[in-house]
Amino acid sequence: MSIARFWRETPRRYNLGGSKCTICGTVYFPPRAVCPTCPRHRQTLEKMVPFQLTGDGEVFSFTIVHDAAEGFDMQVPYVMALVTTVEGPILTGQVVDVTPEEVHIGLKVRATFRKLREEGKAGVIHYGYKFSPAVDSDVRPPVRGPGVPSETTTPAPSDRASA
Amino acid sequence: MREVAVLGVGQTKFGELWDRSFREIGIEAGLQALVDAKLGSGDLGGLFLGNMASGTLLDQEHIAPLILDYAGLAGRHLPAVRVEGGGASGSLALHQGFLAVASGHYDFVVVGGAEKMTDVPDTTANAIISSTADHEWEVVFGATLPALWGLIARRHMHEFGTTREQLARVAVQMHENASKNPLAHYRNKLTLAQVMGAGGVAEPLGVLDCAPLSDGAAAVVLGPLEVARKYTDTPIRIAASEVACDTMAVQHRASVTTLESTVAAARRAFARARRAPADVRVAEVHDAYTISALIALEDLGFVEKGQAGPEFESGRFAPGGSLVINPSGGLKAQGRPFGAVGVAQVVELVRQLRGEAKERQVSGATLALAHDVGGTGATSAVHLLERAN
Repeated sequence: MSIARFWRETPRRYNLGGSKCTICGTVYFPPRAVCPTCPRHRQTLEKMVPFQLTGDGEVFSFTIVHDAAEGFDMQVPYVMALVTTVEGPILTGQVVDVTPEEVHIGLKVRATFRKLREEGKAGVIHYGYKFSPAVDSDVRPPVRGPGVPSETTTPAPSDRASA
Repeated sequence: MREVAVLGVGQTKFGELWDRSFREIGIEAGLQALVDAKLGSGDLGGLFLGNMASGTLLDQEHIAPLILDYAGLAGRHLPAVRVEGGGASGSLALHQGFLAVASGHYDFVVVGGAEKMTDVPDTTANAIISSTADHEWEVVFGATLPALWGLIARRHMHEFGTTREQLARVAVQMHENASKNPLAHYRNKLTLAQVMGAGGVAEPLGVLDCAPLSDGAAAVVLGPLEVARKYTDTPIRIAASEVACDTMAVQHRASVTTLESTVAAARRAFARARRAPADVRVAEVHDAYTISALIALEDLGFVEKGQAGPEFESGRFAPGGSLVINPSGGLKAQGRPFGAVGVAQVVELVRQLRGEAKERQVSGATLALAHDVGGTGATSAVHLLERAN
């Protein structure tokens, strides 16, 4: 993957910047230009606003990968999961800081900023979100990555969907 | 719109064909189909060629005229078009060929499907097949095509109680079926213990839950049904040709255990043909991974949602059962040359409906269904084929 191709998605991959439809309230990740939920979806074209996910969620399904994706060879076996976020969207990502045997459907997780793979075809290091188990007493703030363009600032609390 | 019939079929052996080139296998299948149809090339209107990834697998794009050229037809200046839709490329080419004849713009067309998977290392081929999933939001984070199907499998087990052994049974049956198919990539039989004990790829899926990387090509000749008897005693009518799409990524689906694209394509196909799933006696369904076959049985309407595991275990879908699934051995054992798969499914079903399937013959089949999937279900195609009276 070229440097520019990865770089242009950093607001999403580093900071979970999604979008929200101001008509029906549905949250999307990654952000979408139009709302697939609204019946007259063409009218939503100018109605999508940035919305940042907290990164909290739970494992919806998981698989233990032995035959790695390109650039992930050094990480096998690793756990890939579908994670249902508290805001609604499901994300695909690794579950780390836990043995594969401990992962189960329903496991509470939180997004964490990590190195994804050591080197792409262009020789760059890719960073983004993975998930690690969350504990009830967890008070640490959601982990954010560096270099965030200003347009993806956290929305006002009233703009957040409830869990 | 005119009725469309399959007049001829052809297919190469599937497997690791080290000594054969892409253009060689492409023209072998196409010329076989023309000979089978007893059609002179002068009658031909054009070529539609299903192929997933010749650019990355072979460093060769623009392959439709290449195949036409080496089939000896460059001087006729016929139109030749490549069609791509991931693993469903062959079925999409068939859909285009069907529309071209149905519309009346062309009378006779060849629809081919071809893929040469083994000219690159397995790791490269696996990265290429994973590019039929969403690269930006699935693959970049470590997902592969089998990993995404592994996520689907785990959730199906969680929601419906599908067991590891039920998944393994699909692989065992496909190898049993392919043992009677001389064109199959794998003709060896497997035991449940072998499948369940094989190394993991994306748990719960192991190596023997996954279809192989194969080379191969298949082709059919299509023409108007009204003149089909001039060319063949057993014209096979295409009763429906339907394609449907869904979200690119698994994560965006309302349910990850249902391929809504398959549900939609099947509903449209049965409605158009005015038939029901119960009328089908033989089908070739997408079984790239063992879980894919079970979900296909549900989404095509052959069993209730969630019931495919126990229903498959009952033997209902094996030869001699009420509906025979993948008599060819399916993608799992006949092999998986991506762009050729959808066309090869129809080649097998035409042979079944004509009564030419020899040891694999399913008795009493008059209606057959072909089901092809691209990626994790962003594209599905369903074709219904019927022996014309």
